[in-house]
Amino acid sequence: MIEVRNVSKSFGGQTILRDISATFHPGKMNFIIGRSGSGKSVLTKCIVGLHRPDVGTVSYNGREFTSMNRDGKKDIRKEIGMLFQGSALFDSMTVLDNVLFPLRMFQEARLGELRDRAMFCLERVELPGAGDKYPSELSGGMQKRVGIARAIAMNPKYLFCDEPNSGLDPQTSIVIDNLISDLTQEFNMTTVVVSHDMNSVMEASDFVHFVHEGGIAWHGSSDDLLRGGHPVLDEFLFASKLMRKLRESTRP
Amino acid sequence: MGLFFHIGRYTSFLGSVLRRPEKGSVFRALVLDEMNSIGIQSLGIVALLSVFMGAVICIQTAHQIGGWIPVYTIGFTVRQTMILEFSPTLIPVILAGKVGSNIASQLGTMRVTEQIDALEIMGINSANYLVLPKMIAALACIPFLVILSMGLGIGAGMWVGVSTGVSSVADFEYGMQIDFNAFDVTYALVKTCVFALIISSVSAYHGYHTSGGALEVGRSSTKAVVYAVVLVMVANLLLTQMLLG
Repeated sequence: MIEVRNVSKSFGGQTILRDISATFHPGKMNFIIGRSGSGKSVLTKCIVGLHRPDVGTVSYNGREFTSMNRDGKKDIRKEIGMLFQGSALFDSMTVLDNVLFPLRMFQEARLGELRDRAMFCLERVELPGAGDKYPSELSGGMQKRVGIARAIAMNPKYLFCDEPNSGLDPQTSIVIDNLISDLTQEFNMTTVVVSHDMNSVMEASDFVHFVHEGGIAWHGSSDDLLRGGHPVLDEFLFASKLMRKLRESTRP
Repeated sequence: MGLFFHIGRYTSFLGSVLRRPEKGSVFRALVLDEMNSIGIQSLGIVALLSVFMGAVICIQTAHQIGGWIPVYTIGFTVRQTMILEFSPTLIPVILAGKVGSNIASQLGTMRVTEQIDALEIMGINSANYLVLPKMIAALACIPFLVILSMGLGIGAGMWVGVSTGVSSVADFEYGMQIDFNAFDVTYALVKTCVFALIISSVSAYHGYHTSGGALEVGRSSTKAVVYAVVLVMVANLLLTQMLLG
């Protein structure tokens, strides 16, 4: 479980996050949604330690992360996998080397065993034959899958996905959503997905946190999401005709 | 941003870089890769420039002397120019352009494509992992390139001097040996080592702290070269005063 308590963050005098508190549940798909510029990416970076909150704490299974020194954070980071918006694959390495990278850095096993683990991860994301390719030779969807394979290589307890569907067509988006959802259950990970793709939210979320103007404006289960009742959330959710039709069709 | 901000951030950056590497075997492989990139891939340009510069110094010196100035002065001047200034200062300045822009743009691209964030998330000290191998490779390779440059420049000067008839082999060799002070080579290599550290660390600093997109990567690359060249020149003056003054 990840617990965020009273986190605030400003950049150059501009407040981005205001007193945010949230809990992310293990074995579940926890979504952070919100409009562009609402602060959801900054919140995620505060949670994983890429930004240091000005105020507040982040705890991983009761271990207070924000005040830890570099070595303490390193131990927790070994339990974290992250899929970046642009995949962030190392472009000088092959796909196999990308997945092998964290294993080589932190595990002492023989190279053969590490390669087996990396190949298992690539097979798990249905890319068994792509090991010798370079990231630039792959499509956006394949790059995301390699990013997921690299993120799960160390068998993480926590998986963060920053806009996993950006730049992907709807079909590929659903494949990626389902893959992340399956892996979350399979590895019992606490998965946090940052997204503003409502298809993705409806398809894969278990719990949703809605960020608006730097604060959590609404949170609840995905089943409660469509019931509405919060004006800003409703405005965000039902911005498209498709979602408005969906709302009409689900009303008793 | 002010000078003091950059001095503080550079110092803090070096504090992150100069730590024990995460894994020795991976680190050694990275150093070898960087030695190839910084050293082997710079051999051509260093050799070419040194040969032409040695030849030009020879012709210019021959043009200046006449009458009562002995011919062996040509060999002496070529040697002194190559050892004291051209090889240890101008070669690093040229490498600041070639290697420095390469380091800054590589790290800048990694920053804006979140590859550096990916390293940090994995629990890797990204500054140490990415920059220390470059600094060690620069420290190992640039002095070697400078020594090579000295030899090639003096050799080219001799070849041009003899082939154009401005000096005999004996005169050139005599000039090369006369009043030789081995400390000049020590001075040149001390300078080179300092310059190697400046080029690699300043370029890496600018690349590592890039923010934004492709435009900023280009800007970082330019800033890296400009700052590295200026600092090399300032260090050159200070070291020359300290070692020879």
